[in-house]
This record gives sequence, structure tokens and C-alpha cells, in this order.
Amino acid sequence: MTSVLYDVPGPKARLYSLLGSAAGILIILGILAIAVVTLAQQGIFDADRWEIFYGPMAPDVWNLIGQGILSTLAAAAVAAVIAFPLGIALCLLRISLIPWIRIPTQVVLEFLRGMPVVLMMLFVLLVFATGQFQAVVVGLVLYNAAIFAEILRAGIQSLPKGQREAGLAIGLRSFQSRMSIEFPQAVRRMLPSLVAQLVVLLKDTSLGYIVGYEELLRKIQIMADFLGPDFLFPAFFVGAAIYILINLTVSRIAIMIERRGSKKTAGGVASAIKTVDLEVNVPGTDKK
Amino acid sequence: MDAVIASLPEYWDGFLRTLYLSIISGIIALVVGTLLAAMRVSPVAALRGFSMFYVEVARNTPLTIIFFFAAIVLPRLGVKFEQFEVAAIIALSSYTAAFIAEAVRSGVNSVPVGQAEAARSVGMTFTQVLGFIVLPQAVRTVIPPLINILIALVKNSSVAGAFFVLELFGYGRQLSNDYGNQVLWILLGVAFFYLLITVPLGLLAHFVERKVAIAR
Repeated sequence: MTSVLYDVPGPKARLYSLLGSAAGILIILGILAIAVVTLAQQGIFDADRWEIFYGPMAPDVWNLIGQGILSTLAAAAVAAVIAFPLGIALCLLRISLIPWIRIPTQVVLEFLRGMPVVLMMLFVLLVFATGQFQAVVVGLVLYNAAIFAEILRAGIQSLPKGQREAGLAIGLRSFQSRMSIEFPQAVRRMLPSLVAQLVVLLKDTSLGYIVGYEELLRKIQIMADFLGPDFLFPAFFVGAAIYILINLTVSRIAIMIERRGSKKTAGGVASAIKTVDLEVNVPGTDKK
Repeated sequence: MDAVIASLPEYWDGFLRTLYLSIISGIIALVVGTLLAAMRVSPVAALRGFSMFYVEVARNTPLTIIFFFAAIVLPRLGVKFEQFEVAAIIALSSYTAAFIAEAVRSGVNSVPVGQAEAARSVGMTFTQVLGFIVLPQAVRTVIPPLINILIALVKNSSVAGAFFVLELFGYGRQLSNDYGNQVLWILLGVAFFYLLITVPLGLLAHFVERKVAIAR
């Protein structure tokens, strides 16, 4: 689409584009230079400010950062592992044929999705008087299970009707058809969205900072408070870089999965059914 | 329960501030996000690269970190704000703009190729093609996801409560300190006011989605 928006640039347009690019880069470099000079005037780049990362303090500092990363990842991992099955359960309830189950579930899901995650964390922390870790995990689980449920529901609804009809026609119960015919396909179809939501979950662990959970950002602040305000910027810089790097890595994985998925289903519904077929009918024979 | 009734003025003040933060940041993010999306599809390589870089980094940075930067690190570096609301608006709009840019870009991609080709064949330039032909059509498909992003923005504004801005969440924290024995009701009150914004917006998104689906 992008290349359709403009003609193939001629020599003149290419020149303008080049000049434009050069000007743009210069402007960005200029802004960066101003920022760097201002920072340098405050002594941000003095070696002693960064000494905490390689000087005598370094082992303690990195130890603290390592603990922060571990507690961030631990909260995210535990929350993801609980949220996914809970999301499946909520999705099943949400698409139940019995209105008494379906409608209350819908209300609960709307409630959970309309709520800031950090508010849920605070709620768990204060009302149930749990520890910070539990509060962060429960907050993340409730919110993300609701999102997973909605994603899976969208996946099931996007399946051709014939899938369920065929399942029922060969004598499966409604629940059996959901579990062994529809869910596996929905999960597959929605894998990119599910992984993207995992990135959001990972990002949201940083909300633990607000309820006092000692994750990476909180550790950074503890460190800066302990070492003095001069070290706030270096500590923050390193912490933010680590956070962004972790998230970028997970996002990359999400994109890779998306590419793989779209290649497999590129042939449309027919080929999608075929791949599913192969995996269901020939378990273990073609793979060792 | 009576604690909630006693603190209705605080709730109302927080509610208005949440609305204020969301509306101002929403408008800024819509403008900046659309510009970023236009840069992303433009013929100038530097603009494309910048937009791609910005969107990628902003989407992968936790909002709390952006807030921490705007409200705690920036003042330490000499960028002082009169009110912390300004820091909150900067953080919220720079974060949300990246998501809006992605949504608008996918909307641009959803416009049939023939539209842009026809526009070009009658001699329109890039800005004309984008401004008169493609974007107006992209807006139709993009509105439901945009509303969802705005809902997320309203919920995200709660992070401001932890960085010295007294909006709904900020008051929620303060009030649950004041009324230690009625925390449940206090926080349910906060939740109610959030739902007052997010649920109607969600219904609106559903409604628009159905409308657009019929039109296409």
C-alpha cells in the first residue's frame, strides 16, 4: 500500500527527498545535541556518575538490578500461567448456550476490562491485605484473563460455522466440540494477539511500582535514593534500557510467530483446515 | 458506604481531573499519532525511519517508566513543571500517540489500492492523495480501534495518580488512607467512576463498528 500512495520518484523528487531526509536527520541530531549539552553541563556524563556500574559498588548495584529483573519476570510469568487457563474458562462461560451463565459472565468481563489494572492491584492489596507480589499477580491475572477470554471468543467466532456443525454432526457434545474442534483452531488463529497481550502483561508488571512491589523500577528508585540524586539519571537510564530491551525481544518473538502463522494460513481456509487435519490425524507418525 | 457519600466532592474533583487529562492527552495523541502515521507512509526515508523508531520504542516502554521519566527524572534535570498535570499529559500523549499511529497506519493499509491509484492518475500529489482520498476513508475503519485506544488512555491516566496528580486513582489512594476501615467501598466508588467513562465509550465502539460493517 505504501508505495501506491506516491509515484516512483523522479530525479527531482529524489533530490528533494534526499534533502528532506538530510534536514530531518540534522534537526533530530540538533535536538539530541542540545539535550546532550544540557545534560553534560549538569555533569551527567562525568565518569564518577556512572562508576556505580563498574566501580567498587558495581556488584551490589548489578545484584539489585538483577533482583529487580527477576521479580518483574516472576510476576509476569506467574500471572501469565494463571491468566491463560482462567481466560479459557471465562471464554467458555461467555459463549455458553445458557443465558444465565453467559450474561453474568459478560457483565463481569466488561467490568474487568473497564477497570485500570493498577486500581485492581490496589484493591487486592488493601481489601484482602495480601502481600505486594500477590496483589500484582492477582491484578494482572484478572485483567488479562478477561482480555484472553475476549480474544479467544473473537477467534471462535471467526471460525467457519461448518466446524462446529461438523463436530456436532459426528456426535460430539457441544462442550466436546468446543474443546477438541473449535478451541485448538481459535488459539492458533489468535496466537499473534495472544502473544501481543503477553507483551502488554509484561509491560504492566511495572505498575507494581505503584503498589510498592519491588520490581525493576522500584529497585532503581531505591538505588537512586540510597546513592543520592546525582545517580538518579544513570540508574534510570540503565533500568529503562533493560526494560525496553526485554519488551522488544518479546515483541520480536510475537512478530516472528505472526509471520509463521500467516505463511501457514496463506492459502485461506482450505489450507488451514488441511494443516489442522494433518496434526490431528497423524499424531507422532510424521514427527519422531 | 457513608465514607463514599462523605467524600463525593473529592470523587467529583478526581473524576473531572481524569476527564481533563484524558481529553487533553487524547487530542494531542490523535494529532501526533496521525502525523506519525503519515510520516510512516511518506516518500521521505528519514521521516519513515523516525516514525518507525518512535512507535517501536514507545510501544515497548512501560507507561510507568515514561511517567517516572516525565515526573521525577525530568525535574531533576532542570525541566520544571508548574503543575504535575503537564508531566502527566506529556507522558500520556507521547505513549498513546504511538498506538494511534499504528491504528491509523493499518487503516491506511485497509483502503483499497485502486483508490490511491485513481487519485494519483488524476495527478494528485502525495499530500493530496493522503489528505483527500486515503485518510478520510481510513478514518471509517479506524474509529472502533481508536475508541479502544482512548478507553485504554482513560484507564492509563490512573498511573498519573501515583505521580502527584490527584485524579480518581490519586484520590482513591488518599481516601483509602483516610478511611482505613472502609477501603472496600472507597475503591468500589473509584471503580464506579472509571466505569462511568469506559463503559459508554465501549458501547460507542460497538455501535460504530456495527455501523461501519453495514456500510462496507
